[in-house]
Amino acid sequence: MATSVRAADGSPPPARSAPSAPAPDGRRSAGWRSRLYRFDTKASPYAFISPFFLVFAAFGLFPLIYTGWLSLHQVELGAPAHWVGFRNYTRLWDSSFFWTALRNTFTLGVISTVPQLLMALGLAHLLNFKMRARGFFRVAILAPYATSIAAASLVFVQLFNPDYGMINQFLGHLGVHGIQWETSKWPAQIAISAIVTWRWTGYNALIYLAAMQAVPADLYEAAALDGASRWRQFISVTIPSIRPTIFFTIIVSTIGATQLFGEPMLYGGGVGISGGSAHQYQTLSLYMYEKGWQTGELGQASAVAWVMLGILLLIGTVQLFVLRINRRTAGG
Amino acid sequence: MAQLTENSRVVGARHSAEAARPKRRRFRADGAGKQQQAGPIAYVFLIVAALLSLFPLYWTVVAASRTDTEIVTPPTPLLPGSHLIDNLKIVWDQVDMTKALINSTIVASFVAVSTVVFATLAGFAFAKLEFRGRNALLTVVVATMTIPPQLSVIPLYQIITNLHWFDHLQSVILPSLVAAFGVFFMRQFLSEALPIELIEAARVDGAHSLRIIWHVVFPIARPAMAVLGMLVFVQSWNDFFWPFIALDQQNPTVQVALAGLGSGNHTVDHAIVVTGCLVATLPLLLVFAVLGKQIVGGITAGAVKS
Repeated sequence: MATSVRAADGSPPPARSAPSAPAPDGRRSAGWRSRLYRFDTKASPYAFISPFFLVFAAFGLFPLIYTGWLSLHQVELGAPAHWVGFRNYTRLWDSSFFWTALRNTFTLGVISTVPQLLMALGLAHLLNFKMRARGFFRVAILAPYATSIAAASLVFVQLFNPDYGMINQFLGHLGVHGIQWETSKWPAQIAISAIVTWRWTGYNALIYLAAMQAVPADLYEAAALDGASRWRQFISVTIPSIRPTIFFTIIVSTIGATQLFGEPMLYGGGVGISGGSAHQYQTLSLYMYEKGWQTGELGQASAVAWVMLGILLLIGTVQLFVLRINRRTAGG
Repeated sequence: MAQLTENSRVVGARHSAEAARPKRRRFRADGAGKQQQAGPIAYVFLIVAALLSLFPLYWTVVAASRTDTEIVTPPTPLLPGSHLIDNLKIVWDQVDMTKALINSTIVASFVAVSTVVFATLAGFAFAKLEFRGRNALLTVVVATMTIPPQLSVIPLYQIITNLHWFDHLQSVILPSLVAAFGVFFMRQFLSEALPIELIEAARVDGAHSLRIIWHVVFPIARPAMAVLGMLVFVQSWNDFFWPFIALDQQNPTVQVALAGLGSGNHTVDHAIVVTGCLVATLPLLLVFAVLGKQIVGGITAGAVKS
C-alpha cells in the first residue's frame, strides 16, 4: 500500500537502475567476496536482533524460570533453599490476604481501565471534529502522561485527603461530606483508580484518535446518505473500524492493571505496602513485595509472581478467543 | 551530513522519506475537508477534560509554593504563594536531589540511546531482511511485552546483590537496554518507510550490512528514532518499580528520591513532598511544552499500525 501511494505522489524511483548481474567490481576476488556477501546476508539479521534476545534472555527469561524454581522452594535471603513442592502455592490458597489481594487487583483493574477507555473513546471522538485549538486540547490531555507514578500519586494523596483535601471540600459544596478516601475500601480503590485514569486517559484518547483518522471518509458519507445520525455513525462506523486498536488498548491496560504497584503503595504512605491498614487496596504486586522484602519469604513471593503470570495468560487467552469470535461475526 | 549528501543512494533515500510525509498530510487534509464541525457541547466536554488534566499539575505548582500549614488548612489555596525557594531548599536538604536528577538523566539517556539503536537494528531486520524463523521470532518479541516485571525482580535482586550492584546505576540500566516495544515500533515504521529497492541497490553496489545500516537505514529511520527516543526517555525517567527495589536513598533516581520524601524518617511535610513532585515533573513538562506536537504525533503514528 505504501509503495502505491508513493508512486502516486510521483516521487522519483529511489533506486538507480540496478543491474541484476553480480557486483560489477572485482571479478578476480569474486569467489571470497560472494562467500563473504552470502555470510553477511545470512548472519547479519541474527546479529541485528541478537541484542534484544540477549537482554531478554538475561533479564527476562532466566529470571522468569528462576522465579518458577524459587516458587517450589522455601527460600530466605542468605539461607540455602530447600524443596517444598507446591506448598508455597497451597499456602497462598489458604491465605485470606492472598485472596484479598487477588480480589483487589481485579476490582482495581476494572474500575481503573473500563471508565478510562470509555472516556478515551469519547474524547477521541470529540477531538476528531474540526475545531479551534485542536493542538492545545491534544497536548493538554496528554500532559498527565508526562508525570510519573510517584509524582501523580503523591499529589493525589493531597487532593484526596479526607480532612483538608480539595476533593472533599468540593464534594462538601454538593452536600456530600467526609468520604474516607483512604480507610474505607471502595473510596480508596476509587481514588487509586483516579490516579491511573488521570495518567492514561489522554494517551489512550490519542491512540484512538489516530485510528479514527485512518477511517476512510466515504464510509461516513455512505452512512450519512443512508440517514444515519452522528451517534449512529459513531456506533456503526467508527467503533467497528477501530476495533483492532480498541483490542490493543484493552490488552495493554489489562497488563498494566495486573501489575498495579506504585500507585497504591505511595497512596498508602506508611501503610502502602500492606495496601492500607486492613489490606483494603493491597494488590498482588504489593502482596508479592510484602512477602519478598518485608517478611523475607522469597519462595512465597515467587509463587505470587507465577500466579500473576498464570492470570495474565488466562486473560490473554480469553481476549484472543473473544477477538477471534469478534472477527468472525464481523465477517472480516 | 556532508558525507551523506555525496552519496546518491542517500539522496534517493531522502526523497522517499519526504515523499512519505506529504502522504500523511494530504490524507489528513482530505479527511478534514469532510469532517464535521465541533458543536458547543464538544467544546464543553473538551474544556472540562483539559481542565481535569491540567488542574493537578497547576495545583502542584500552588502547593509547592505554600507552607504545610497553608495546605492542610481549608479552604485550600488556589493561587501560588511565596515559599517555593524555601521549599526547594528543604527538598535538597532532605534528599540528594542534585544526584537524583543527574542519575535520572544518566539512566534515561543511556536507556533511550541504546534502546533506539538496538531497536532500529532489530526493527530493520524484522521489517526488511529475510531469515529463517523471522515470523516466529517476531511473535516472541511481541509476546514478551506481556510478561510483568514482577516475575523477574526476585532473581534480578539476588543477581545484583551478588554482583554488589545494589544501589549502582548499572542495575537499572542493563535490564532496560532494549525493549520489545521499541523493536516493534521501529519494525512498523521501517516496513512502510524503507523501500526494499534501496537496500537492493546498496547491496548491488557492494555495501555490507553495517554500511547499509549507517547510510540507508539510519537516515530514513531518523524521525521515528527521535520519537522513540523521547518516549523511552519519558518512560525511563518515570520508571518506579524496579529502581525502587534496586536503588536506595544513597544513590537514587528522581522517583526513588520522591518515595523517600513521601515516607522515610522525616515527619511528612506535605509542601515539601509536592515540591519534590514538581522538581521531578518539571523537566519532562518542559520537554512536552517544546516538543508536545511531535510527541503527540509519535504516539499516534506508532499506534494505528498495531
